[in-house]
Amino acid sequence: MKRQFFDRLIDALLPLFAILLAFAIGALFLLWQGVNPLEAYKAMIVGAFGNKNGLADTLVKAVPLMLVALGIAIAFRGGMINIGAEGQIIVGALFTSWVGLQLGGGLPGWFIIIIGLISGAFMGGIWGLIPGFLKAKLGVNEILSTIMMNQIAIQIGFFLLRGPMIDPAEVAAGTNIPQSARLERIADMPRFTDMAKWFGFTESAKNLGLEGFTKEIYGLFVDPTRFHSGFIFAVVMAVLVYILLWRTTIGYRIRAVGLNRHAARYAGMNVKQTMVMSMTLSGAFAGLAGAVEILGLHHRMFEPVAVSAGYGFAGIVAALFGKLHPLGIIPSSILFGGLLVGGDKMQRAMQIPQVLIVAILGLVVLFVVSTDYLVKKRQNRRVSVTDGDDDLAIVEKMKESLKEAGADEEVDA
Amino acid sequence: MNDKNNLLPSGLPRIESLEMRGIVKKFPGVLASDHVDFDVKAGEIHALLGENGAGKSTLMKILYGLYQPEEGEILLNGEPISINSPTDSLNYGIGMIHQHFMLVDNLTVAENVALGLKSSRGLRLDLDVVSARILELTEKYGLNVDPNAVISKLAVGERQRVEIVKALYRGAALLVLDEPTAVLTPQEVDDLFVIFKQMVADGHALIFISHKLHEIFALTDRVTVLRDGKAIGTVQTSDIDKEGLAAMMVGREVVLTRERPPVTVSEVRLKLENVDAFNDDGQQILKNLSMEIRSGEIVGIAGISGNGQRPLAEVVAGLQKISSGRVLMDGNDVTGFAPLQMINAGLSYIPEERMHDGVIKDFSVEENAILQDNVNAPFSNGIFLNFKVISDHARRLIQDFNIKTPSRETPIKNLSGGNIQKLILARELARDPRVLIAAQPTRGVDIGATEYIHAQLLKGRVEGLATILISEDLDEVMAMSDRIIVLFHGQIMGIVNSDEITAAELGLMMAGEQSESAFIE
Repeated sequence: MKRQFFDRLIDALLPLFAILLAFAIGALFLLWQGVNPLEAYKAMIVGAFGNKNGLADTLVKAVPLMLVALGIAIAFRGGMINIGAEGQIIVGALFTSWVGLQLGGGLPGWFIIIIGLISGAFMGGIWGLIPGFLKAKLGVNEILSTIMMNQIAIQIGFFLLRGPMIDPAEVAAGTNIPQSARLERIADMPRFTDMAKWFGFTESAKNLGLEGFTKEIYGLFVDPTRFHSGFIFAVVMAVLVYILLWRTTIGYRIRAVGLNRHAARYAGMNVKQTMVMSMTLSGAFAGLAGAVEILGLHHRMFEPVAVSAGYGFAGIVAALFGKLHPLGIIPSSILFGGLLVGGDKMQRAMQIPQVLIVAILGLVVLFVVSTDYLVKKRQNRRVSVTDGDDDLAIVEKMKESLKEAGADEEVDA
Repeated sequence: MNDKNNLLPSGLPRIESLEMRGIVKKFPGVLASDHVDFDVKAGEIHALLGENGAGKSTLMKILYGLYQPEEGEILLNGEPISINSPTDSLNYGIGMIHQHFMLVDNLTVAENVALGLKSSRGLRLDLDVVSARILELTEKYGLNVDPNAVISKLAVGERQRVEIVKALYRGAALLVLDEPTAVLTPQEVDDLFVIFKQMVADGHALIFISHKLHEIFALTDRVTVLRDGKAIGTVQTSDIDKEGLAAMMVGREVVLTRERPPVTVSEVRLKLENVDAFNDDGQQILKNLSMEIRSGEIVGIAGISGNGQRPLAEVVAGLQKISSGRVLMDGNDVTGFAPLQMINAGLSYIPEERMHDGVIKDFSVEENAILQDNVNAPFSNGIFLNFKVISDHARRLIQDFNIKTPSRETPIKNLSGGNIQKLILARELARDPRVLIAAQPTRGVDIGATEYIHAQLLKGRVEGLATILISEDLDEVMAMSDRIIVLFHGQIMGIVNSDEITAAELGLMMAGEQSESAFIE
């Protein structure tokens, strides 16, 4: 029993060790560049979590990460790999801003926001449905098709923003920057401080004379930052996804198909339909991330790749780090938001080249993903001892993964 | 004993004796081998018998150098040796024949034998040398294997002989045979046993692992029974009977022979009319198949693996399309129905590969209990799962079917094979089916669970269930079935009453020979 507890504890702590190890290796790079790693990392952590503005930026970045990661988790649970979140964010953001611009004229703000969110989810969903359908019907590898869909989304975005959707003011001024007009202010998702006001947080932190860390936290509620209500929305979504996956028949089927589509088929489930559904839901959540970025942060559509900003890929890592569990994704998205913000701060504070930051973040990703593999292996070892059939179990696993690789073509329901 | 007598036909020295003494092997939480003594001598076949998880494979893996024991010693010809790897083991003259063939299908016999061995010519292949040696060996042992034949063209029995050649080529004086008959026809088994007996007569030592009791009696000189990692006892095979061995394995008296109480069969539940089916490669897998299964009967499907048993089950389950013919259930045409429609029409199916098709390994016991019915009342209202009902259902199945599991929430992969099979059986029977297809329901399942599963199938029979029992275990088919349908190359070779046929006659039909008494209808 004790041993079991210890094993579990190690499993739980392994990802943290992985991050520390990645930082340790990153420290070598920093030393090589003549930078004191301790100072650099301090700048990173303080920059991401140590003050009000850093914290706000971290949480702002956590929003799209969280929504994307939820979508990734649904796809993974359904046995699909969605690399297309970038494109899904972009089409979601495009459609949300287009719909938002059409819906001016006296409609209440909350109505435009809701329609805008639905629009983003809808378009992202379509961007997920297409590769899902291709996979289910024709056996097209979804990794490839989603990557292609990313490119299509980017080019469509440029096309629309240079032509039909371009801000008339840009044309009039002759600058022709490819971006849309700003959405009406009533369609801005409320800032966090505005929401806090509803609950009676009015005094600014300075006036209250609060010191230190608590002041910074409290400051989030009272001093204007970019921090917006999309964060609360994303957290609510995480809880809903948890309910979807573990409390409903749809989630049951998604997980069943994801874990063993053969057994699912034998049990009479419609495997293809479920695959398409999990990809559609996955795309919808990425599209939702795009919608929230528009409605909560940017308020207009601009350069597609700058809107998606790599969240489509970083979200995969956040999802894996959160163990593909909706409730684990909440903290992991905040952590990765912090890494993005902190990396930025570290770069500025220490004058480190941008590529080095990317390399260190890459190390973190690599180590975290490897840990996941390690944890699984440890668990398998613990499980298969009863028969003493360790090696056989491994052979079985290898055979299975080979079969799975070949099974892509033979999904016949 | 002169020098010549100390050499095997392969020209290698014999292993006069091999002894494992006080072997202890621990895994976290499990004592897989608990002070086990085991020995084998030249010229003897020693059987190792035990249920799954009794410690047979652990013991043999220690012998093969895959595991290191914590305690105990291994003596070869009286000298203590240490075996640290399979290479060591081979160097001492210990070879293994695995339950599943370890052959590369699209290579020749010689290439397979040479695989993993050093060539005598460095980087260049020496297949001609290998072939010559294979011919020499096959001649001496009467194995009849062509070194240039491609494995995929060989029959199952021939492949088994290739495995033996492979072991002999590597210098095996002692052979561990891990369930070598699992995929053979009765005739092939007989041929194989002749070879084994010749090998021991020539001075080889054989360790024979099986859970088929009749094979133990047909072949072996001594038998050691393992249970829960302990050696329960070693006896002369001639001094004990089947019941005695079974009791040693399980630790209690076991009912081996099942009485099929007379039942009046009634209406036709399932009917196949001239069914043809093709696989994805365009090969015909079912040819003009017609059969009827009635309420209250168990119809056994006998045949060598891969002769249409699985396609037959999958056609009925709606998993395999048919190109012509009709399928009728309770008189209704269900041809072309999807799996879900067949399930709703009252079909239950215990698939052959239970871990692959029957359960979802990472799902809990209770989640696995509702694979088909998760959308249906009372388990859900269509959208939200009702966990109270699901838990109650699982609890009832666990209790009624005596399933050993730590809890309802335990992932099913942590259960033993027998208990997983019991859960599948429980799930399928709890659905109150009209027709049950049980494919290999007791394969790899321990004797206790087999006994239980058989009893449940017979209970279903009394209650009027129409059962198709697909099994490669002829004893099981003959003991359980009212009628037996023999399949060969997707065709029916005969439909016979199980009480009026011998295993030998069935074996001939399974090999494709039609006998005059083949059709009773």
